[in-house]
Amino acid sequence: MLARFWHSDGFWMLRRSPAAMIAGLVAFLVIAGAVFAPWIASTDPYDLASFSLMDGLLPPVWQDGGMAQFPLGTDDQGRDMISAILYGARLSLLIGLMAMVIATVLGVGLGLAAGYYGGRFDAIVMRIADVQLALPAILTALLIDGIARGVLPSEMHGDVRVAVLTLAIALSLWVNFARTARASTFVERNKEYVQAAMIMGQHPLRVMFRHILPNILGPLLVIMTVDLASAILLEATLSFLGIGLPADSPSLGTLIRIGMQFLLSGEWWILWVPTLFLIALVVSINLLGDFLRDVFNPRLH
Amino acid sequence: MLDVQGLTVRFPSRHGDFTAIEGVSLSVNPGEIHGLVGESGAGKSTIGAAVIGLLQPPGYIAEGTMTLGDVDLRNLTAAQAHQMRGARISMIFQDPQTSLNPLMTVEDQLIETIQAHEDISTSDARTRAIELLEEIGIKQAATRIKAYPHQFSGGMRQRVVIALALCTNPELIIADEPTTALDVAVQSQVLDLIKRLAQTRGIGFILITHDIGVIAQITDNVTVLRGGKVMEHGPTERVLRAPEHPYTKALMDAVPRLDKRVERFLVPESDVVKVASPAGLTGADAEAWLLDGVQQGGADLEMKDVTVRFAGTRTSLWTKPEPFVALDSVSMQVRPGTVMGLVGESGSGKSTMAKVITGLVSPAEGQMTLAGDPLPAAKQRPRDHVSRRLIQMVFQDPYSSLNARHRIGEILSEPLWLYGLEPDAARRRQISAAMLDLVGLSADSIDRYPHQFSGGQRQRIAVARALLARPRFLICDEPTSALDVSIQAQVLNLLKDLQARFGLTILFISHNLAVVRQMSDDITVLRNGKVVEAQRSEAFFTAPKADYARELLQLTPAITF
Repeated sequence: MLARFWHSDGFWMLRRSPAAMIAGLVAFLVIAGAVFAPWIASTDPYDLASFSLMDGLLPPVWQDGGMAQFPLGTDDQGRDMISAILYGARLSLLIGLMAMVIATVLGVGLGLAAGYYGGRFDAIVMRIADVQLALPAILTALLIDGIARGVLPSEMHGDVRVAVLTLAIALSLWVNFARTARASTFVERNKEYVQAAMIMGQHPLRVMFRHILPNILGPLLVIMTVDLASAILLEATLSFLGIGLPADSPSLGTLIRIGMQFLLSGEWWILWVPTLFLIALVVSINLLGDFLRDVFNPRLH
Repeated sequence: MLDVQGLTVRFPSRHGDFTAIEGVSLSVNPGEIHGLVGESGAGKSTIGAAVIGLLQPPGYIAEGTMTLGDVDLRNLTAAQAHQMRGARISMIFQDPQTSLNPLMTVEDQLIETIQAHEDISTSDARTRAIELLEEIGIKQAATRIKAYPHQFSGGMRQRVVIALALCTNPELIIADEPTTALDVAVQSQVLDLIKRLAQTRGIGFILITHDIGVIAQITDNVTVLRGGKVMEHGPTERVLRAPEHPYTKALMDAVPRLDKRVERFLVPESDVVKVASPAGLTGADAEAWLLDGVQQGGADLEMKDVTVRFAGTRTSLWTKPEPFVALDSVSMQVRPGTVMGLVGESGSGKSTMAKVITGLVSPAEGQMTLAGDPLPAAKQRPRDHVSRRLIQMVFQDPYSSLNARHRIGEILSEPLWLYGLEPDAARRRQISAAMLDLVGLSADSIDRYPHQFSGGQRQRIAVARALLARPRFLICDEPTSALDVSIQAQVLNLLKDLQARFGLTILFISHNLAVVRQMSDDITVLRNGKVVEAQRSEAFFTAPKADYARELLQLTPAITF
């Protein structure tokens, strides 16, 4: 298995692309750090007892006054920046991944059906997609947030923030998947292997998911990686604007919003550390997406 | 004039250099049509590209000399080579659809080409362009020249491409499969034109083709290639009539003849190493399984006054578009256990017939019966209707008719599972492996993916899939037109064998009359959605009744000597 991977075309291309290798390494480190945050981080930023205001606003270790205990400094509450970022990335990645999965399932399902059936169903789905595209993600998020607040009792509001945010991001991303899946399905549907399945009298769902889906997976995987980056960015944007997560469970966006207050105060690390971290994460995921696109493009082999 | 000696072309790749052409020598004199023939992968097109200096990078010429007159083609700078192309060497491509710019009128393209090579006023260039079009047989050239490529038919477009190639009075024209995309009637016109140009203008042609009939019809000399090496070369008549090399002999034996019917094609023994199937089942077991089915023998099919209309293209926002009539009250009767050949040019409605029978397209009018029972049209045919299993189809393109993401075992056992023929998964696998053996593939192919097989092998897999439904009526839609001649012979042999053993009823759709002659007992000729002639096969080929049928037979390039 490992030997097969080592000799595969994809890995061969990876070894020849330094950008993709670095991007892969960065993404791997970030994701591993986020997943294992509870074991790596020195303090738990959600646990108020684990840090003290006395340690507030300490600079990174290489500046005067920095402490070895907090290599990248602390924020105004005395939280260790590294721990805050790792836990923040954990939340950001979780929301991004969940939103991406929901968007994939929704978009690919609708796109496949629209491409397979065509006609009126296709027209309706695609018009809904057009409307969705015209709505900015922030509006969608506000809308869903508003509905959730209206429908659910007030003591639940804090608990559903993550779900609301995920749903809002998913809703603004599914269109990409639907359009790509639909266009590829249009092409595949007229191929002879699909016609063979139709002639045999196979159920439309089986034709769609067993025959067409595996053949259109390539471009969808690319969109999945690129949209994962978009989802993380969107979450950061929404949190930055205050629609997302509150300060007591900070995601990367929330950390950046908090840091904004210290932009001109000289405590630069509170803003720049999470910002650079977010940029590194998003850029490396995007580079991986570009690399995947090349791998799936047979012309470049 | 053109002299190529010991040409070797290599393509560097991840696994070392791949030698596409090895030590090829050929020469072309003025006015000579030199044929390059061979099966796919023989390196025909690579030779053409090397001569004209348009080798696909990273390919490079490793060895050999190429001279045109007194010019060494290998020692040209990029600018000189560019000047050489067009001025002295031109090229005609396979698909006239894509080799003309769809956004420019024919006039603009011709004038542009003429002015690119000669300092000449636009009006003079136009006069020259019109003369050229007249020369290649486009009537009312002065008005037609204003048209865009899409306003010409396929054959006319290919003539325009030839006119473009002629613009600069080249000495040598490389024609890469110039008639492959064209119908028989148009093909013969284009070939006549090429022959006339060689004679009157003294242009040397390199004609690259896989079609021995085309070679026989117009070339003076021929070079037979295989795997990048020259197998045999010499005057066409000598090479085709009395081939010396075993490969050429085998190739000639595999070409379907229009003038007689042979029972089996001679094909070189296949070099497949047979591996016993996992459960020890062989082709004989698969055969027994097929014969074990409730119904043996074929079923007859009758179509009565079937009319198919498609929505036409909308020309105005307000009026309903005129429907396009694909089939116009077509009737056809296929006798049980026989092969019906369905013949016609592209657009004649052959494939629509297949789609109506299989239920992909709903006819507007007409009835069908299968084995005496009414066969409902597409929309009324339930998914579990018995005809879904009884009618199976083998498609034209073996590269797209098998799902590239499924293993052969999954592809083959699907009909067994779907029709509930074998409830046990292990048993399904055994029968699939045995069926592979029956169609002449190794039983261990079952765990591989379609892309690991060649076109001919894939077509065998497609046949195996169709058989695993225990069908009574098999539709073969151009089953060999994507295949090389020798592979075609193997697949046709396989179909003949299966038909003889199981008495299947087959509807064999093809545009190639020679192939149809080898396969069919009856023939139906379609033209523009109407039946032109329906006859017993031998009677049709010896004495066709309809004028159109006679014309078709005459125009099909045949090996006459």
